[in-house]
Amino acid sequence: MLRRYSIQLILIACGGLLTYVAYEELLSLYTLSVLMFMGVNIILSSSLNLVNGNMGEFSCGHAGFMCVGAYVSSVLGVWLFTKDKVFGVPLLDPEWAIYAFPFIILVGGVAAAFAGLLVAIPSYKTRGDYLAIITIAANYIVISAIENLGVIGGSRGFMGMKQVISAMEDVVYLPWMPIWVFVFTIFCVWAIRRYVSSTFGKGVNAICQDEVAAEIMSVNTNKIKTVTFMVSSGLAGIGGGLFAYIIGYVNPGSFNILKSTEVMVMVYLGGMASLSGSVLSAILFTLLLEALRPLQIIKWIVVPLLLIIVMQFRPEGIMGNRELSDIFPWLKRFYRFK
Amino acid sequence: MTETVKNRESAPVLEIRNLTQQFGGLRAVSDFNVCMKPGGLIGLIGPNGAGKTTVFNLVSGFYQPTSGAILVNGVDTAGMKPHQVTGLGVARTFQNIRLWNDMSVLDNIRVAQHGKLQYGFFHAIARSAHYQTRESQIEQEARELLEVFDLQDFADEYPKNLAYGTQRKLEIARALSSKPSLLLLDEPAAGLNSSDIRELIRLVRWIHGHFDVTIWMIEHHMDVMMELCTHIKVIDFGETIAEGIPEEIRNHPAVITAYLGDEII
Repeated sequence: MLRRYSIQLILIACGGLLTYVAYEELLSLYTLSVLMFMGVNIILSSSLNLVNGNMGEFSCGHAGFMCVGAYVSSVLGVWLFTKDKVFGVPLLDPEWAIYAFPFIILVGGVAAAFAGLLVAIPSYKTRGDYLAIITIAANYIVISAIENLGVIGGSRGFMGMKQVISAMEDVVYLPWMPIWVFVFTIFCVWAIRRYVSSTFGKGVNAICQDEVAAEIMSVNTNKIKTVTFMVSSGLAGIGGGLFAYIIGYVNPGSFNILKSTEVMVMVYLGGMASLSGSVLSAILFTLLLEALRPLQIIKWIVVPLLLIIVMQFRPEGIMGNRELSDIFPWLKRFYRFK
Repeated sequence: MTETVKNRESAPVLEIRNLTQQFGGLRAVSDFNVCMKPGGLIGLIGPNGAGKTTVFNLVSGFYQPTSGAILVNGVDTAGMKPHQVTGLGVARTFQNIRLWNDMSVLDNIRVAQHGKLQYGFFHAIARSAHYQTRESQIEQEARELLEVFDLQDFADEYPKNLAYGTQRKLEIARALSSKPSLLLLDEPAAGLNSSDIRELIRLVRWIHGHFDVTIWMIEHHMDVMMELCTHIKVIDFGETIAEGIPEEIRNHPAVITAYLGDEII
């Protein structure tokens, strides 16, 4: 009994500990924000791994979908619950923000999922390098569209999300952001795991390994591609929404191709199609970036260099198509990874 | 009610009318006709490049024919995607084995039942009761099928680690997992040694009896065809040049010409 629910118990304990530590301010604001970015990075890398690892396509525009989620949930939150220069008085009582917040993030995710159609529909006919070019184009379409939308600040960016958070804290004082980042991170990993381990989701792997055989063997490849791209970009949208509320400010520049590359590095570092690899590498990568912070701009020489070294000596990534349970079989007693 | 069932039983599993496929200037298949009653074991032979695989690709919905009609169990497949044609009861294997090599043998069989999952994305995420029952049914069916093919010991193995003959067998098992009424075998004996071929002949004959399926196969090994098929069709350059029982085909002058060429003197 205890063994069966051990993962759930550990997660609840972690969540509780995180809430307590953040509430009592035992951790510095800096450490806490690193932990939150870690969560966002886990969401981003595991959702991109669904497309790049499990489906074998090469998407390099993940930050574009993140951008859609970030802007939709930010604008929605600010428009509904705060007094803003552009949108005027709050539409709803700010007290409701506390209940509405998860839905605001989810709406951002849904919007990003529909933006994912921008890539999903061309993927019916295109694959490989050509689809990669389409994903880059999709990333630029999103960024340019927002840069030219003066109402939400254009390239200057958009802010006011901190007021939504403080409206929530006014009702019940709790460290809301760490809590929600934790909850959504668990939700994303959980949803991806359930998707890829179902027979329905294994169609994704079948497409990766032999698309022709998949189609002949009754897999509706167009449907699976649509669902997979929408799930992947939708989860990226959730990650983007959380990212926006953590920082309290978004601008289109922070979702450019560099950000997409960063997510891609995490996926390749972790290992293709390995969910635990993606989670692990997101954690390591976040820590690495923070550790290299004193190097300032030189950081962006060291990190790509690291990627070259990884590709040279361990091209399959840290985990390489395996889950944690393949490396540590005793973990299977607690949890089925596949 | 009984009448429709009866109609269905007597209706042809596959009916092809005046099928023509043009690739640019090349006429790969021209004016091809066939009508298959349930339960047959039919052969399709012809020299290299005769258009045999093209016919299979047309039947499985991989190409859209230039003209002509293909009816599977009485349903016109015009405009259908391959997975929809598979849903009508057509399954096939490939000339070069196309298994999903990085998926376990069991998963290969499971994914091949994608067309009749009857649940979607949200059921999979929510792990609803419907999902649980369907998933356990699918797994059970897959395991039973592996047992029938004596592959149960390899359930957790990856196909790439299996012997070539076993991979062939698995590919046929995977094709049968969707419970087809018509099974297309594209050169099942290619790359097999003579003892594997004996095994394959036994397997095909056994499948034909055990699974209530019509089999249509392409093969270059004439001994396999002569032994298995009740009826053989011969094509060359997309045109049907002969058809009949194996004995007739063996001595048919047009077939001998197609395979060995005209007499020079």
